[in-house]
Amino acid sequence: MERVAIIGVGQTKYERNKKGETFADLVFEVVTKALDDAGIAIEDIDNVVTVSNDFWDGRTISSMAVTDACGSYGKSVSTVEGDGTFGALYGLMRLLSGSFRSTLVVSHCKGSEGSNHFITNAIFNPIYERIIGLDSISSSALQARRYTEKYGITEEQCALVSVKNHKNALNNPFAQIAMDISAEDVMNSRMLSEPIKLFDSSPISDGACAIILADERMAKRVATSPVWVKGIGHSADAYNLGDRDLAEPAALIRAAQKAYNMAGIKEPYKEIDVAEIYDAFTYQELLWSEGLGFCERGKGGKLIESGETTMGGKLPINPSGGVLSAHPVLVAGLARIAEITIQLREEGNGRQVDGAKTGLAHGINGACGQAHCVWVLEN
Amino acid sequence: MVNEEIVYHGRIKVPYSWSVGEYGSRFFYELKENKKIWATKCPKCKKVFTPPRKTCPDCFVPIGEWVEVGPNGTLITFTIVRYSAQIHPIPPPFAIGIIQLDRAETGLVHLIGGVEVEGIRSGMRVKPAFKEDRGGSLLDISYFEPVE
Repeated sequence: MERVAIIGVGQTKYERNKKGETFADLVFEVVTKALDDAGIAIEDIDNVVTVSNDFWDGRTISSMAVTDACGSYGKSVSTVEGDGTFGALYGLMRLLSGSFRSTLVVSHCKGSEGSNHFITNAIFNPIYERIIGLDSISSSALQARRYTEKYGITEEQCALVSVKNHKNALNNPFAQIAMDISAEDVMNSRMLSEPIKLFDSSPISDGACAIILADERMAKRVATSPVWVKGIGHSADAYNLGDRDLAEPAALIRAAQKAYNMAGIKEPYKEIDVAEIYDAFTYQELLWSEGLGFCERGKGGKLIESGETTMGGKLPINPSGGVLSAHPVLVAGLARIAEITIQLREEGNGRQVDGAKTGLAHGINGACGQAHCVWVLEN
Repeated sequence: MVNEEIVYHGRIKVPYSWSVGEYGSRFFYELKENKKIWATKCPKCKKVFTPPRKTCPDCFVPIGEWVEVGPNGTLITFTIVRYSAQIHPIPPPFAIGIIQLDRAETGLVHLIGGVEVEGIRSGMRVKPAFKEDRGGSLLDISYFEPVE
């Protein structure tokens, strides 16, 4: 693959109710930040990918409604409806087509303006699964129980993910839910859908994120510290929940293997210095860690107990606080890429993993991680 | 400068008429008329799918063979929903599970009832509780309940 770099990133602060700002305001804020970060102007961008979802926006073809705010008049603009990691993947592919020098990928979402239950219920087949009343929380609860019962993962091991990530969030100025809590606090929090409790869950969030990708020539010309894309992989699993063994992250295993093969990574736990992964619920960080090969199958609980995924450990996971600390849907995966970029430029301040050279960002799309996208980045 | 943050309230209501297709029609007809659950079987890998599939997602070939499955099955996983939401078919607390019907190799998502929610366990044997008035939908089965 030709070399592609991330040369600029921008994020809003993630909050529950950004009443003072419209979608376009959020998009303009992060595009401006990413351009400033890259040290370029909007005229230097020749390709734009917007990422949004019509149900969350409450309008059809929502991606075309922010063209003014992302400076895309007169440019090639196309859209992705899915997680930001997939939007970035599409942006990368357009860059690799050779038709463009630079690509702006921007994602926005305001979870607080719609209804999470209605919108995530609409993920499911209306005839066979939607009618049962499933949504993002109850479907994930089915996966949480299947995974924890099959492999003997404990409630406390899941709670430790919440403790770690909410504590990490104290060091991230963009995070929404930052707090120093105990495993007991998590286990005593309000039951939503057994076994998932309030502090096992990510919040409803508003926010936006933008990244700028550039080909090698442009990256070398403008960027002082480009972050290079070393490997990428994506894979999807069955749509119907009943067609999958929800304890097995088959699509993630395939996506990770592709990304590692491309990046030349043989032992991910040893070779990756920092990871930002899509922990919409606590059990997901453990299950995805297994799928990413950070530990053996069924050993996600032992991995969190080892303390090696906390700051200062062998492989810190979610130094930003992860998705548990801010969950703007669609934006969250792009924010994982932005956070790893910050880490590899050693600009993480309080959340910096010292000497990080190789990082991993991960996003999911669809119910219970139906599809996964894995990025390996290097400085 | 105005300090008031004005919010516009709206709602999108769009009616749909989704076709359940040839296989879905047969599946729901059997539920409605005969209180039976039917599935389809891949000619190549022999996997049995419920709800019935017209093509095998693994082998990517058309499926023509029908087999009756269940009515009993095994509960693979479940959750007890404790929050209220307008999308719910019944008020909380209620249970949703994935049931692997006997002779089927995929799971069916449905409500688990006929028992105190605290008594539900994975691995439990369950059977369908059919409604008296059936109109040809998955909720012609009120829920799956423990086999005595």
